[in-house]
Amino acid sequence: MATTGTVEATTHGSGSRRTFGLILLGLLVAVALAFPIVFQLPYHRDLAIKVLLFAMLAQAWNILAGYCGQVSLGHAVFFGTGAYTSSVLQMAWGVNPWFGMVIGVVLAVALSQVIGYPCFRLRGHYFAIATIAIGEIIHTLAINWEFIGGARGLTLPIQRDSLAAFQFHSTKYLYYYIILGLMSLCFYITWRIERARLGYYLKAVREDGAAAQSVGISITKYKLMAMALSAGFMAAGGTFYAQYVLYLDPDSVFPLSLSILVCLLTVVGGTGTLWGPLVGSALMLPLSEFTRIKWGGTGSAVDLLIYGALLTIMAVFQPAGLVGMFRRWGRR
Amino acid sequence: MALLTLQGVTKRFGGLVANNNVSFTVEEGEILGLIGPNGAGKSTLFEQITGFYPPTAGRIRFRDHDLVGLRPDQVNRLGIGRTFQKVRPFLGMTVIENVMVAAMQYDPNPVKARRDARTFLEIFELADKQDTGARSLSIGERKRLEMARAMATKPRLLLLDEVTGGVDQRTIPMLLQLISRLRKEQGLTLVVIEHNMRVIMSISDRIVALHLGEVIADGPPAQVVKEHRVIEAYLGDAFVVPAAGEVPGR
Repeated sequence: MATTGTVEATTHGSGSRRTFGLILLGLLVAVALAFPIVFQLPYHRDLAIKVLLFAMLAQAWNILAGYCGQVSLGHAVFFGTGAYTSSVLQMAWGVNPWFGMVIGVVLAVALSQVIGYPCFRLRGHYFAIATIAIGEIIHTLAINWEFIGGARGLTLPIQRDSLAAFQFHSTKYLYYYIILGLMSLCFYITWRIERARLGYYLKAVREDGAAAQSVGISITKYKLMAMALSAGFMAAGGTFYAQYVLYLDPDSVFPLSLSILVCLLTVVGGTGTLWGPLVGSALMLPLSEFTRIKWGGTGSAVDLLIYGALLTIMAVFQPAGLVGMFRRWGRR
Repeated sequence: MALLTLQGVTKRFGGLVANNNVSFTVEEGEILGLIGPNGAGKSTLFEQITGFYPPTAGRIRFRDHDLVGLRPDQVNRLGIGRTFQKVRPFLGMTVIENVMVAAMQYDPNPVKARRDARTFLEIFELADKQDTGARSLSIGERKRLEMARAMATKPRLLLLDEVTGGVDQRTIPMLLQLISRLRKEQGLTLVVIEHNMRVIMSISDRIVALHLGEVIADGPPAQVVKEHRVIEAYLGDAFVVPAAGEVPGR
């Protein structure tokens, strides 16, 4: 039994660190739950909702790119698929958006396999380039597809406030709790993956595909699994976005800039780490808002300069991201 | 029946013939040495057995399975482990995690896989380094880590590609001891690519010599090193010493 104990301890960190982690997690949950009660202004709540949404999207990207090493720059495709699926189903056939979300996830997962299978033959940069191309193709298709609203986009019909209808107008804070729940689910699943065989296999594929194969790991199978999980969470985020904004067009849900943003948030926070996506999102989104208000506005674009400079600094000096940096300090 | 049979294996890269009509067998329980000068096609042969390159022609059979057309991971699951000529540890993982990944084929539970991995690290004398990053290992340690990783997939046949290459001379005897121990304790069959002639002579039961992609000798070590064509391939025909009663090389 003593040996089991040490194995446990080395797998999950020493006892005191574990307690510290649990306290930190408890505090985080408490702050997250109390946020809309403390901050009553719609602006603050809106920003918090965006932080949580993008933390989830960044985590979705992180599963594929961070853990499995397949850098996709076309992830907006799955976000848009989720947003459009639930919205079109709702407008054309009156399908409940929660059910639409599930169908959107299923469709995005299916699409991810169709895209992934040929693209995973490509390595490194070539895979990234292929995903950009596919992202742009689907973006263009959406603009020209009249049935789903074309370039004009879709305005969702307004309904009475209810959880079932996934619409809230008088108080927006329920959106906050919905996205908090979705994001928590996404982080919980990622946490489970990290500790399971799947997590080890994904990392092995990332570290060295040939070596992974030599120990019996089918790299295509595990890349496709990572892709499926990743696409599923992107799609769920897409439906949430559509229900929150109640308007969508191709430029708001399929743009390359969205794909790049989820990548950047993760890179700043720390790729291949559980908390990186949340740290990146919680830091960068408020920062970009703050700089935009303070120095943005007509033509000055100082906000973008600061944003870009920060990213450059991170990429050059701290490629492991903020979480990687904290870890190194923690070890000292 | 032979454990592994190669039949007329040929590999062409464009105009270059890396392996030409290579045929030999590996018997259960033996250590087969694969020798030949640089570019003889030894590693290419490994790549084809393990499914990384498809042969241009020929058949490769392992037990009752035809290996041609299988993916590397499928070949490994049939019971063939390998190391790489240029070591490929998972650099971003710790030493024990490297081996755990391999052990998980049998034990998906990380805690159990960790226990399994630990026993292999002990065999390869890496247990004290289990929590260090694979990146900080020396070349010799990396080679041992690769062997431990391959062994954790519980192969029946292990292909070792130059495990003594770039390794400190003093640790070579230890590696050799390990190899013979593996055969004795685990009933393992090994095919070993080696440049170091002293090493290959001491551990092999049989040697197959390749030159320019073709088999030029196949037999017991003492016999193979005396073959004219082998000496010629390594040193040039000026070094071929005619034995009494024999006609010198062509």
